[in-house]
Amino acid sequence: MIEIKELSKSFNSHKVLDGLNFEIDKGTTCVIIGRSGCGKSVLLKHIVGIMRPEAGQVFIDGKEVNKLRDKELDLLRMKIGMVFQGGALFDSMCVGENVGFGLIEHKRLKKREVFERVEESLSLVGLGGIEHLMPAELSGGMKKRVALARAICIKPDIILYDEPTTGVDPITADSINELIKRLHDQLKVTSIVVTHDMKSAYKIADKIAMLYQGKIIAEGTPEEIQNTEHPVVHQFINGLAKGPITETLG
Amino acid sequence: MLTSILNIFINLGRRILAYVYFMGGLSNLAVQTLFWVFIPPFKKNRILEQAKKAGIDSFPIVSLVAFFIGVIMALQTAYQLQRLGSEMYIASIVALSLVRELGPVITALVVAGRFGAAVAAELGSMQVTEQIDALETLATNPVKYLVVPRLLALSLMMPVLTLYADIIGILGGWLICVQKLGISSSMYLHITFDALLYKDLFTGLAKTVFFGMIIAFVSCYEGFNVEGGAEGVGKATTRAVVTSFIMIIAADCFFTALFYFILP
Repeated sequence: MIEIKELSKSFNSHKVLDGLNFEIDKGTTCVIIGRSGCGKSVLLKHIVGIMRPEAGQVFIDGKEVNKLRDKELDLLRMKIGMVFQGGALFDSMCVGENVGFGLIEHKRLKKREVFERVEESLSLVGLGGIEHLMPAELSGGMKKRVALARAICIKPDIILYDEPTTGVDPITADSINELIKRLHDQLKVTSIVVTHDMKSAYKIADKIAMLYQGKIIAEGTPEEIQNTEHPVVHQFINGLAKGPITETLG
Repeated sequence: MLTSILNIFINLGRRILAYVYFMGGLSNLAVQTLFWVFIPPFKKNRILEQAKKAGIDSFPIVSLVAFFIGVIMALQTAYQLQRLGSEMYIASIVALSLVRELGPVITALVVAGRFGAAVAAELGSMQVTEQIDALETLATNPVKYLVVPRLLALSLMMPVLTLYADIIGILGGWLICVQKLGISSSMYLHITFDALLYKDLFTGLAKTVFFGMIIAFVSCYEGFNVEGGAEGVGKATTRAVVTSFIMIIAADCFFTALFYFILP
C-alpha cells in the first residue's frame, strides 16, 4: 500500500504539490490525471525517493521513504520499476544491457540467467530479439516498451508510468495500454500511471485521481470520474477550452 | 543614475552568490566522489573505458600540441640566446620549462577542452533525458557510477599523458637545435638530462593529478546541473571548459608557488 500524507514541494517559490493526501491500494492500477506541469511527474519522483519533499511523507508498505537509509532505499527501489516519459534509456548501452541493468548491477546472477530474464522481459513487451540494437535505432513507441521491459526485468511490486502514451501514435498508444493491463494481470503489480490521455485512463484504471493546484481534488472509479459533476474534473476530462481551469489562469 | 548604480551592485551581488553556490556545489560533489571512491564494488572495466577516452584517445592531439610547443620554445629561446652566444642553454631552458610548467598545463588544457567538454555534454544530455533519474530508480548512485570512474581515469592518465607530452616537446626542441642551430644531438640530450632534476619531474607530474581532478569535478558538476534542453547542454559544456581552464591555471600558480618554497 502506498500512502502520501500532506506532501508539499515548490520550485522557485511556485508550489507544485501543496499538502497532497492520497492512498493507493496494493495490486490496483491507479491513474493520476492532470494538466501538463501540474506536478504529476514530481509526485512519482517523490514516491520513488529521487525527490525530497519540503513537507509531508510518503509511505510504502508502512516504511517512510524519506527516512530510509541509502541501502534500505536501494532495496526499496529494486521493488519499484519506473517507466520515464521519454524512456530514459541509457544511450551508451544496447537494449539488452539497458533491460538487464538492474540485474547486472545489483543481483548476483550468472550471465546466462541475466540473458534469460532480459529475453523474457523483452518478449513480455513484444520486442523479443532486439537485444543487440542501440536506443538510437528504436522508434518512440519501441523506446517506451524497452523502458517498460527494463522496469519489469527486476520483478518489481510497483510500476510507475510517467505519461506512457504521450508522443506515440494512437495504435501504439493502445498497444501500450493493452500491455499495461496485461502486465498488471500477469505480474499482479501495483501500477501508478500519470497521464493526461483520458482514453488511456479509462481503459487501464481501477481508480482515477485528478491532481489540480497541488492537491488531489477528486478520485473514483473510471465510471465515477466520467459522471462527475466537479466542474474542474468535468472540464479536464471533456477537454473543454472554457471552464474553471482556464478561468483561474486568466 | 542611482538606479544604474544600484543595478551594478545587484548584478555584482548575484554574481557573487552564483559563485558561492557553484563552489558549494562543486565541493559537495568532490566530497561525495571521494567518499564513493572507497566504497566497493570497484568496476575496473568502467575505469578502463574512461581511461581510454581521456588518455589513449588524447595521445594524438597531445603529441601535436606538445611537439609545436617544443619547437616554439626552442625558436623563441634561440632568438634571445643567440645574441649572447649561449645557444647550448636552449636545451636546458626547453626541458625545464616543459617539464615544470608547460607540459602539465598544456596537457591539462587539451584534456579539459577535449575530454572535459565531452563529459559535460554527455552527462548534461543524460540529465535532460532523465537518464540520471533512471539510474537512481535502478538503485544506482550517479556519483558512484558516473563521476568516480572519470575521476580515477583522469587522475591516472594525466601524469602519463604529461610525461608523454614532456618527451614529445623535448623532441620538438631537439629537432630545431640539431637541424637548424647546429647543436649536436648528444650535446642536446646531455644538457637536457643534466638540467633536469627528479624534483622537476615529480613536481610537474604530481600537480597533473590535481588538474585531472579539477577537470573531472567541474565537467561532471556542470553536466549534472544542466537545465533546459540542447541550449542548456551547450552552455554547460562551455562553462565546464572555461571554468576548468581558469581553475587549472589558478591551481598551477598555487602549486608553482608551493613547490618554489617547499622544494627550493
